[in-house]
Order: sequence, then C-alpha cells, then structure tokens
Amino acid sequence: MQEVAIADLPDEMHDPQTFITKYIWSQDHKVIAIQYAITATFVGLVALALSALMRLQLGFPDTFDFIDPSAYLQFVTMHGMIMVVYLLTALLLGGFGNYMIPLMLGARDMVFPYMNMLSYWTYLLSVLILLASFFVPGGPTGAGWTLYPPQAILQGTPGYDWGIILMLVSLAVFIIAFTMGGLNYVTTVLQARTHGMTLMRMPLTIWGIFTATILALLAFPALLVSAIMMLLDKTLGTSFFMPALVSLGESLDYTGGSPILFQHLFWFFGHPEVYIVALPAFGMVSDVLATHARKNIFGYRMMVWAIVGIGGLSFFVWAHHMYVSGMHPAFGFFFATTTLIIAVPTAIKVYNWVLTLYRGNIHLTVPMLFAIGFIFTFTHGGLTGLFLGNVVVDLPLSDTYFVVAHFHMVMGVSPVMVLFAAIYHWFPLITGKMFNVRLGQIHFWFTFLGTYAIYLPMHYLGFLGVPRRYFAMGSTDFIPESAQSLNASITVSALIVGLSQLIFLYNIYWSMRNGKPAGHNPWGATSLEWQTPDVPPHHGNWGPELPRVYRWAYDYSVPGAKEDFIPQNHPVTAEEQTEEGGGESHS
Amino acid sequence: MNIFRMLRDKSWLHPTDAATLAQYSGPDAQAAMRVALRFILAVVSVIFFLFIITFLSRSQYPDFQALAGPPWQPFSDPSRLWFNTALLACASFAIQIGLGGTRTGKLNVTVTGISAAVFFTVMFLVAQFDLWLHLQSMGFYIAGNPANSYFYLLTAIHGLHLIGGLLVLSNVVFRVWYDNSLESLTAPLQLCTTYWHFLLGVWLVLFGLLASPPETINALAAMCGF
Repeated sequence: MQEVAIADLPDEMHDPQTFITKYIWSQDHKVIAIQYAITATFVGLVALALSALMRLQLGFPDTFDFIDPSAYLQFVTMHGMIMVVYLLTALLLGGFGNYMIPLMLGARDMVFPYMNMLSYWTYLLSVLILLASFFVPGGPTGAGWTLYPPQAILQGTPGYDWGIILMLVSLAVFIIAFTMGGLNYVTTVLQARTHGMTLMRMPLTIWGIFTATILALLAFPALLVSAIMMLLDKTLGTSFFMPALVSLGESLDYTGGSPILFQHLFWFFGHPEVYIVALPAFGMVSDVLATHARKNIFGYRMMVWAIVGIGGLSFFVWAHHMYVSGMHPAFGFFFATTTLIIAVPTAIKVYNWVLTLYRGNIHLTVPMLFAIGFIFTFTHGGLTGLFLGNVVVDLPLSDTYFVVAHFHMVMGVSPVMVLFAAIYHWFPLITGKMFNVRLGQIHFWFTFLGTYAIYLPMHYLGFLGVPRRYFAMGSTDFIPESAQSLNASITVSALIVGLSQLIFLYNIYWSMRNGKPAGHNPWGATSLEWQTPDVPPHHGNWGPELPRVYRWAYDYSVPGAKEDFIPQNHPVTAEEQTEEGGGESHS
Repeated sequence: MNIFRMLRDKSWLHPTDAATLAQYSGPDAQAAMRVALRFILAVVSVIFFLFIITFLSRSQYPDFQALAGPPWQPFSDPSRLWFNTALLACASFAIQIGLGGTRTGKLNVTVTGISAAVFFTVMFLVAQFDLWLHLQSMGFYIAGNPANSYFYLLTAIHGLHLIGGLLVLSNVVFRVWYDNSLESLTAPLQLCTTYWHFLLGVWLVLFGLLASPPETINALAAMCGF
C-alpha cells in the first residue's frame, strides 16, 4: 500500500509511453488539468453562444423566429448553470487547482493520482449528461439556474419532464466528480508539501484554491441533497419540496411540501459557490500582480487571513439571496449584517492589491493588464453588492437588470478576467511557448471595455425597473422607449465581446504552433512552479530530486540581491546573512 | 500544530539556512490516506446533517406523520430496527476483531473478522431491504407521507455508503491477497474500521430520529428554531 499514492518510486519516474496512458487515461496532474480545462472551455463556449442568443432576443425582440419564450428560458438556465458550475468551478479548481497545487508545493503529483483521473472522467460524464438534455424531448430545463420548485418540475416550465431530470442527475454526478478531485487537492496541500514549504510560505494561489476546495467539499453536499430530494419529488411523487397544488386545472397528488426549504438548501450551496469561484481567482490575481509589479504582495498574512475569513463567513450569508421570498425581519437583519461584514475582508484584499501596485515596478504585460482590469471590475461588482446586501434596497432591485449586472460584474467577468490573466501568465510554463503579445493586448481591450459597455448600462436599466428573466419587455408604462435602444446597444457590445474571444482562441492556437520558445521562468517569478528543470515540466515534475524551499513566495526586489527576484528554492545569500546578523529583515 | 500560531508566522522574515533542511523523499502515503478519510467523514457528515435538518424542518408541516407514536404506526414497536442495529453493530465489532488480528499477526483471526464483518454488513442491508418490503406491505409507501419518504431516503443513502465501504474493503483485501503480507493490511484496514464505526454511529442517529414519537421530533425541531 505504500506506493498507492505517490509517483515517487524510481520505476514510476519514467514517463508513460503510449498515447493512451499519456494523454487519455493519464494520471499525471498536468494532463488531467489540461483535460479539465479543454472540457470546461468547450462547455463555456456553448454557454457563451447561449448568452449571445439571449442577447439577440432581448436587443431585437420579434426578430428571431426560432427563439420563443420557452427557448429563451432554456438559454438562461443552461447559460447560468454551465458558467457557474461546469466552467468556472471546473476550470478554476479542476484546471488550475490540478496544474498548480503539485507544482507550487514541490510535489511530484497529487497524492491520489488514480482518483484524480477518475475525477476528470466523472466530470466529463456529468458534462455529457448535461449536454444530452439539449437533445431529449422537451429540451433542457428552463427553470432558471436556481431550479426552484415547484415550477421546475411542473407542466408549463420548459424541460419539466426530461430536462430537469438530466440536469439534477448531471449535478449529482458533477458533485461526485468534484469530491474525488477536492479530496486530492486538500490532502495534497496538507500532506505533500516539499521540505521547507510551510503553510505560510505557500503562494496565495494555493491558499485560494485550498480554502475554496474546503468550501466546495462542505457546500456541494447541500446541492446534492436538494438534487436528490427534488429528483424523488419528480420521479416518485414524494413531497419534500412540492406543496399541495392545482396545475392546469388538475389537483396534483403532492401534499404540503416546502419550496422555501429548497431555496435554503440551494443557497446554502449557492453562496459559498460564489467564493468557491472567487477565492482561487483572488489567489491567482495576487500572484500575477506581485510578479508583474516586481514587488512582494502587500500584507501577505492579512491576505491569508482574509481568504480564510471570507471562506468561514460565506456559510452565514446565504439567505441574502432570499429577501424577496420573505423571512422574519430579524433574519433579514442578521443576513444583511453578515453580508456587509464579509465586505470587510474582501475590501482588505482590494486595498492590498492596490498597495502592491503602489510604487511597484509595474510591467504592463498582458497578464498584468487583465489583473489590473480585474481590480476594476471586481470593485465595481463588489460595490453594487453593498447596495443589494441591504434588505430595503434589494427588494425593489431584486428582479431587475441591476442584479444581473451586479453578479455578472462580480462573479462572471471578474473571475474570467483572472482566468485570462492566469492563462496568459502560465501559458509559457504550460506550453513552453510565448503567446502573441499584440493579440493578447487586443483581446484585453475588447474584453475589458466591452464588459463595461455591456454591464454599466445594465445597472441603469435596472434602476429604471427593467425586469430580468423576461423574454420581452412588451409595453411597460414606466419604462421609456429609449430603454430598448440601450438594450440593443448592450446586445451589440455583447456580440462584439463574444466574438473577440475568438482572438484569444486563435492566439492560443497560433502561439502553440508558432510562438517563440518561452525559456526558463520568463517573468522572473519566485514561486516553485517556474523552477522545474524542464519547461514544460515533465512527468514527475522535478527530475531525480525534489526541490527544497528556503523562503516565502514573494521575494521580489529584495534590497542588495543581484536580481529583482529570489526563487523560493534559493538558499540564504551572503548579503542576507549579514543583514540577519544586524537584526534587520531583508524585506 | 497550533493553527493560530501557524497563521501568525511572519514567513517573509528569516529565510531558512541551507544546512538545516533535510532531504525530503515525498509524502507519507498512510498519513495522506488518514487525512483524506477525515475529509470523507466530514463530507458524509454534512450530507446527513443537511438531510436531518430538512427532516426536522419538514416535520413541522401539518401533513407530517411520524412513524412512531400512535400504536398503529410501524416503529411504535421498534424491535425490527433493534435487530438490524444489532447486525450492524456485529459488523463493526467483527471488523475491529479483524483489525486486531492484523496487529498481532494472526491470519486466521483477520480472515474470520473481515469475513464476519462483510457477512453482517450484507445481512444488515438485506434486513433493511426486508424492512422496506414490510413497510410497503403495511401500506407505508414512499410517497404516502413525508415521514415515509424520509425513512426510505435516509436508509437508502446510508445503505449506499455501506455498499461503497464494501467496495473499498474488497479492493483492500484483494490487494493484500496479492501482496501476501498481513502487515500492509493494518493501515488501510484501520481506515475501513473507522469508516464502519462511523456509519454505525450515523445509523444510530438515524434510528433515533426515525423511531422518535412526534413529541420528540417537535422538541428537536423547536430547538433548531423551526
């Protein structure tokens, strides 16, 4: 049993030879990460196309015959669920978590490589089940990504028959897949760090991924529980969530279940899910900012505490998604208070990012552009969160575009900005090639400015009272005609931003074929993943001997040092030793 | 390690001297498996915790009729549940005996213990299934009442976890069979034993909940604020 986990024995140092063991049934964390990333990107593109269809309908109603109200709701539902769960969670944790954890910690692989492989294939199965719902009678579910009962499983909602069942089964399978991966991530972080890599020397990327994984392990069960119970309500006629009701003039067999119970369960998962997506992004953007500003991250300890604090608090704010459902005023007060409290550690992080830039030696590389863009989008999205966290402000705004704009800014665009920053940042490591800088810059400006062209007016439409989830606005008295022009302009911007992502895909494709060799550690980064003997790292990552870690991950621009960075695996230098003798720290 | 002291560490000060770091040969597989098991138990606990919370919440709606209390409800006489509990307790006991066998190097004790554990676990599952059939024959169908639904649901989820445990246990046993070494069985069997005891504990909680009369359930629900 000793060798069960670790590819550490001499005979396991050899690369897998056949195509199948190397690229298909691979147990190498890097290959699994790329499999996750490709699958997630693929479904993400499907969801992007769905959003384009939604926007076409909203911007130009009565123009497209193939988009009827049912189809519109199906697009909304599938877009939301795919983006949140199957793209962001999978890409941030399954993709970057898998790639970065062993490399940044100086491990050869995850501690349970076989389970890691199983995790990916189970994830793929969940994606296939989800996509299958496009091809079943009635199509995918159109219940909204929150899948609220009773409407989710009643006639009148698109996909109430097959679609919702496939959605729930797919979610359950996804959760099983994630749990297998997540066990690996936390165990690897706790058990497989190389010598000298104390927890407080880990890069913030790892802190973000680690905390998010713990959140996910504890929050996804709530979704699993609600999915199982709703499946039983749908298939066996139980009444966990289904109240006694009359549907289409017919009295159904359900007896007094509680739809609100589902909402509580769903959001007990749903709110931590926001941070499952945000925390890895927080971590990665910290590393990108520090590296490209050639400066240590401002307030490292505070950043770690903030990550852990946000993770803990995220389990106590869920009902702020349910103000409109109605609750005891004391609960509303409680959840509004916790929601505002969680803004404190989040704000600390934003200040620290800005202070990291302050008097840094800022290199405006493409990853840095996206990282700075993230600070903008995240601050804007976060500020509107302060509005919506208050019950009295939320009630009138909850069913308007304002909420759509808020959550897209804060947990749609912002993590995606970080994902782009991370992909550009680590592309030279993963492929060994440099990307095309000019295309990257074009991609950034289209995405960043386009984001504002889409979501800034959307806030305004929300204030006007334009309702979300509506197929078409129709003639609503209090909404001026000009709102429709703004809606059309949002659609045009959204289509441009959507198309500009093709630049990114082309850049990846072009750079993998024609990019200049990136060489070793092109950004001059300190963290371990850049110190591998080979670029891209080979199977086993480290050659015959594991690296040793002598310092924290942010020794940039250390006074007296020869270069403006000292990698974590470099022992104490002569200058440092004299400084230590003088009782001064080097930072 | 004290977690608060760890979180206060000013890691940017004092880089380590090269001489003080020993060569590191990779993680300890057994420690890793212990950590992973702890997380598995945490996740399973959360799943059952959430089911139980929804049970208590749902129990406060007027259509809920607890399965114990009035004499015509099936678990007012919980003898069948006690019998099933005894089977699972025997399984837990047997696997502990088997574990003791690996520690003292007694092959026959190990084989007997594990075989008995598997036997009693399968018997428990069969008995639970028979209880389902019994309830069905008495007219307590899954959709008849939310209390019935929860009974079928919770026993099914618990049973699935036991089946998962049996799969892992068989994997462990077959591997050791090929290894032909009793010592290498100790660590994984220890984890299986912990898991079995844990599932016994979960079952006792479920038993207590499902066989409670309405007054007890109402009191519990009131404590949770429902």
